[in-house]
Amino acid sequence: MKLEVRQLTFGYRTVPVLKDVCIDAGPMVTAVIGPNAAGKSTLLKCLSGILKPEGSILLDGKDLKEYKSDELLQAVSYLPQDSASNAALTVFEAVLLGRLNSLGWTVTDEDLSLTLDALEKLGIEGLAKRPLNELSGGQKQMVSIAQSIIRKPGVLLMDEPTNSLDLQHQLELFDVIRTITEDNNMTTVVALHDLNLAARYADNIILLNCGKIEAMGSPGSVITEDMIRTVYGVNARVTIDNEGIPQIIPINSTRYCGPGK
Amino acid sequence: MTNVEATSIYGEIAGKKLFLLLLIASAIVLTVIVDVMTGPAPLSLGEVVSTILSPASNDQSFYVIVWTFRLPVALMAVVIGAALGLAGAVMQTILNNPLASPYTLGISSAAGFGAALAVVFGMGVVPFADAVLVTGNAFVFALLCCMMIYAVARLKRASSETLVLAGIAVLFMFDSLLMLLQYLGNPEQVQAIVFWMFGSLTKATWTKLGIMAVGLLASVLIIMVDAWKLTTLRLGEDKAKGLGVNVERLRLKGFILISVLTATSVAFVGSIGFVGLVVPHIARMLVGEDHRFFLPLSALTGALMLSAASILSKNVVPGIIFPIGVLTSLIGIPFFVWLIFSRKRGYW
Ligand SMILES: Nc1ncnc2c1ncn2[C@@H]1O[C@H](COP(=O)(O)OP(=O)(O)OP(=O)(O)O)[C@@H](O)[C@H]1O
Ligand SMILES: [Mg+2]
Repeated sequence: MKLEVRQLTFGYRTVPVLKDVCIDAGPMVTAVIGPNAAGKSTLLKCLSGILKPEGSILLDGKDLKEYKSDELLQAVSYLPQDSASNAALTVFEAVLLGRLNSLGWTVTDEDLSLTLDALEKLGIEGLAKRPLNELSGGQKQMVSIAQSIIRKPGVLLMDEPTNSLDLQHQLELFDVIRTITEDNNMTTVVALHDLNLAARYADNIILLNCGKIEAMGSPGSVITEDMIRTVYGVNARVTIDNEGIPQIIPINSTRYCGPGK
Repeated sequence: MTNVEATSIYGEIAGKKLFLLLLIASAIVLTVIVDVMTGPAPLSLGEVVSTILSPASNDQSFYVIVWTFRLPVALMAVVIGAALGLAGAVMQTILNNPLASPYTLGISSAAGFGAALAVVFGMGVVPFADAVLVTGNAFVFALLCCMMIYAVARLKRASSETLVLAGIAVLFMFDSLLMLLQYLGNPEQVQAIVFWMFGSLTKATWTKLGIMAVGLLASVLIIMVDAWKLTTLRLGEDKAKGLGVNVERLRLKGFILISVLTATSVAFVGSIGFVGLVVPHIARMLVGEDHRFFLPLSALTGALMLSAASILSKNVVPGIIFPIGVLTSLIGIPFFVWLIFSRKRGYW
C-alpha cells in the first residue's frame, strides 16, 4: 500500500509534538529513528488512526478519514510500544484477538488456522498453550507481533518491536519483518532506537527530531557522523562495510558529564 | 479449510473452560437444594425435590415452607451472588485493576447512603413508596459514585492506583455521610439503617427476585456482546484501540451496567462485601480471561459462593440466621489473603 503523509501537525494539548511532517512510503521497510520524545510513537499513533492529527494521511490515495473503521482495521495494523500484558490468556488466545473485527461468537476454523499460521511464521507455535504471564519479555513481544501480522495488513506499524529481545531474536525478528513485508507487499513502518539495526534492515530511514523530519532517505545518506553529533549529541564513527551498510560505533556524548566543574 | 492441529490446540484450551462452567453450574443446583433443606424445620432431600417439582401434590406445610419462605431466599442468594461476581469482573477489567470491586470502590457505600437517606427523610412521608424510594435512592447514589470514579478515570494518565485511591475517598465520604445520618436519625430509623446495612437475604420476595433476575439476565446479555472487546482491553488500552475497540464507550457502558447491578443488589439485600472482589480472582485462576468464559464463570462462582454462605448462615448459630454480609466478609478476608499468598502467577 502506498502511504503518503502531507503537512501532518499534531499536539496533545497546545504544544505541537509533530510539525509539518511529510512522508512518502511504499511497500518496503521504513525505519523511523530519533531521540527520546522526538515524536516517533506519536507519529505511529497518528498513522494508525488512534490520534486525529491535522493535515492528511493518504493510503493508496484515499484519505484516512474517509476509511470506514472496518476497512481501516483491515488495512492498518499497529503494535504499540510497551505492549506487554499480563492478561490471563494463553498465547493462542492472545494471537486470536488480532482478528478481533472478524471474530464471531464462536471461533471459526479460519480463525484457528490463521492463528496457527501466524505462530508458525514466527516460530513460536510451541508456546501456543502457555499462559502469557509466564512468558519472558521477548516471548511476549513475539506474541504481540504474531497478533499484529495475523490480519495481513497493507500497512504494518511497529513501535520499537525489538525492545527486550536478545541479539539473535532481534535479527530473526527483522528477517521475519522483511520476509512478510516482501511476501505480502506491505508498507512496514518501524520506530527504532538501534541505528545499526535500522541501517541493516530498513530500505528507507526517516529521522525525526523535535517533531520535525530532519532527514529522509537511504540508510547511507541519513546515518552520518554529522547527523549523529547534531541530533543525538554523540560523537560516533560511521564506517561503510563491504555490503554498503553504514556501521555506527558510538564513542562518547558531546555533553560533559563527569566530575569537575 | 479445517486445520486439524489448530483445532485440537484450541479444543483443548476451550474444552477445559466449558467443563468448569458446567461443573460449577451443577454445584449451584446442589447448594440451592441443600439451602432449601436447611432451616428451623429441616426437610429431606426427597421432600424438597418433590415439592419443587410438583408443588400441588404435596403437603400444604411443605409447600409453604419451600415455596413461600425458602426458595425465594435460596434463589435470591444465587442471583445476587451472580450479579456481584459479574459486576466485580467487569469492573476489574475496565479499570484494569485487581482491587476494583463494587465494595472497595465505594459503590456499595454510596448505595447504602442513598437507602439510608430514604429511610431517614423519606419513609413515612410517602407510605406506599417505601420500597421504591429506598431502592431508587440506592440506585441513584450508586450511579453517582460510579460517575465520580469514571470522571477521575478519564483524567489524562490517571493510573490504576489513582483510581483505587479515588474509590477509597468516595468510600470514606459516603461512609461518614451514612454515620451522620445515623446520628441524625431517631432510634427506629437507626435500627432500620443498621439492619439494612447488615445484608440479609431474608428480605427476599418473589417480586424482588423477579426484578433482580430480569436485571441480571439483561446485563449478562448486554455485556456478553462485548466479550471479545473486553478481553482485548486486557492487552492494554493502546492495543485495544489499535484493534478498533472504542475504549471510552466500552468503559462507559460497563460502568452503567455495574451501577445497575450493584445498586439493585444492595438495595434489595443490603451490602454484601467481598464477593465482587474475590470471585473474579477465582474465576480468572480457573478459566483465564477470555471473557466469553470469564464473565459467566464469575457470575456462577459468585452465585455458588453466596448460596453456600446462605446455607452456612443458618448453621453458625442454631435457630438464628446469621447476617450474610458479615459472614461473607469474615470468610472472604482470610480466603482472599490465602489467595494472594498462594498465588504464583502474576496476572497484574
Ligand atoms: N498522552 C500524551 N499526552 C501528552 N503528551 C504526550 C503524550 N504522549 C506523548 N507526549 C509527549 O509528546 C512528545 C513525543 O512523545 P513520543 O512518545 O511520540 O516520543 P518518542 O519519540 O516515541 O519517544 P521514545 O523514544 O522515548 O519512545 C513527548 O514530549 C511526550 O512528552
Ligand atoms: Mg516511543
